[in-house]
Amino acid sequence: MVGVALLYVATLLVAPLVGITYYGLKAGLGTIGDTFQQTDVRHAFYLTFVIMAITVVVNTVFGVVVALVLTRDRFPGKRLMSALVDLPLAVSPVIVGLMAILLFGRGGWFEAFFAAQGIQIIFALPSMVLVTIFISIPFVIREVVPVLEELGTEEEQAAWTLGASRLQTFFRVTLPNIRWGLLYGIALSAARAIGEVGAVLIVSGALQGQTETATLYILRAFDQYQDAQGYVVALTLALFSIVLLIGIETLKHRSSREAR
Amino acid sequence: MAQATIDSGRRWPRGRARRTPGAALGRWSLRGVALLYLGLFILLPVAAILQAGFSDGLTNLRDALDSFGAKGAIELTLIMAAITAVVNGVFGTLLAYVLVRIPFPGRSLVSTIVDVPFAVPTLVAGVMLVALYGPNSVVGGWFDDHGIHVIFARPGILLALLFVTLPLVVRSVQPVLLELDLAEEEAASVLGAGGWTTFRRVVFPALRPAIAAGALLAFARSLGEFGAIVFVSGNIPNETLTAPVLITQLLNPSSFGSSGGPDQAAAVAAVLFGISAVVVLVTEHFVSRRSTERSFA
Repeated sequence: MVGVALLYVATLLVAPLVGITYYGLKAGLGTIGDTFQQTDVRHAFYLTFVIMAITVVVNTVFGVVVALVLTRDRFPGKRLMSALVDLPLAVSPVIVGLMAILLFGRGGWFEAFFAAQGIQIIFALPSMVLVTIFISIPFVIREVVPVLEELGTEEEQAAWTLGASRLQTFFRVTLPNIRWGLLYGIALSAARAIGEVGAVLIVSGALQGQTETATLYILRAFDQYQDAQGYVVALTLALFSIVLLIGIETLKHRSSREAR
Repeated sequence: MAQATIDSGRRWPRGRARRTPGAALGRWSLRGVALLYLGLFILLPVAAILQAGFSDGLTNLRDALDSFGAKGAIELTLIMAAITAVVNGVFGTLLAYVLVRIPFPGRSLVSTIVDVPFAVPTLVAGVMLVALYGPNSVVGGWFDDHGIHVIFARPGILLALLFVTLPLVVRSVQPVLLELDLAEEEAASVLGAGGWTTFRRVVFPALRPAIAAGALLAFARSLGEFGAIVFVSGNIPNETLTAPVLITQLLNPSSFGSSGGPDQAAAVAAVLFGISAVVVLVTEHFVSRRSTERSFA
């Protein structure tokens, strides 16, 4: 039984990793160096980083608020709110991109308003950030909610009784208790934000050197038969995400140990 | 998989909160912020897609789907997603069982590898599969010589979906298996049940909701997958063109006029979205039933 399980993991997950490492390195140091010399490639990585950073900050702050409301508050429609949080996990990123087009694109609900302000949303950074936020909303919330539930409210009530304000209670008692779960959620959001391609492709227009993220660069590289560069950028993203994964696993062990 | 629906039953002391107006204000502002955030970022876009997809009534929606091979794409997507859900439902459960119940050297390494698809960008997963099974590679060349085409064919789509969704099932089943009392399995085997009988009669019934939830999540995820598939499938209409890839093609300005445009894209998206939404609601049902069962135990 162990054999079957290991064989499945090896063929499905490990073999492709080996394949990409082989092709990424086969290109040789020269190609790797050349790839990173290209301004397009540098800009793509920079853009991916900016989108990830904004997404993570927004989803962390508001994610904690939603998690607090879902665990510490009671009101009609709470189940619905919980289902709403899970929705981005099931909706195709491509559909998310289309939603943004319908809202902000030509003839969209808010097109006239933002055009009057002179703010460009579609084919520019704002829409790319918006769709990435949508897609990674569930991660922080789904990691923090179970920790808050395990925690209960005794400690918070004690702080409250001893005269701490709500903000003090949150920053001195609640936040330290949920920190590992929160970091785990943040790491998952970051991984998702870096890897997003479908939604960003639709809203960005993938303008070379302008709205092209690292994943969109890979898409174009293979389209234009620059496979070597494509493999190099893909391998870089893969390595980065595996470093992130190791961080995630360490955090998970910490958070599960603390929950016990 | 974490559950967002458990209610601890504990809350701030109500009496105190009622007496101090400031506290009530705080509670309402938190609620307001949460609702505003979810409303703006989730509810509003969803409303837009439903309005666009169904605005011209159901007949027009059906016409739009008939005209340009959308039906074939949706069918293919559903079939691929269903196979993925079943295969990973079986192997994901097996993996979870092995990881929880059978000690072997390198177990934590395997557990980490299972999470790789969570971290690796889906597009990179597609690139990996092309590198491994592409016509120019060693493995892909061997398969081609034996008449099996993986890349630019349906097996490639399946491999991509299986890769992306495996952790969803494993991480859904694992926590339930961890909480399951080992004594029940021991009792079954003491009473003479073999390994298979014990699994089928004792372990499986307890795991069923978790397996269903995990497989449904895998199904929903497969319906919408774009990044992992786009390189692998070759996107041949009615052969290997899935619904999400079709939507991007319809939205690509260079293909406007000839075969469709944003309106058709919205029609396909509305159908796909409807199916995903139903799957989420059913999954939510399984997850919440599991948590109530556990709190009664």
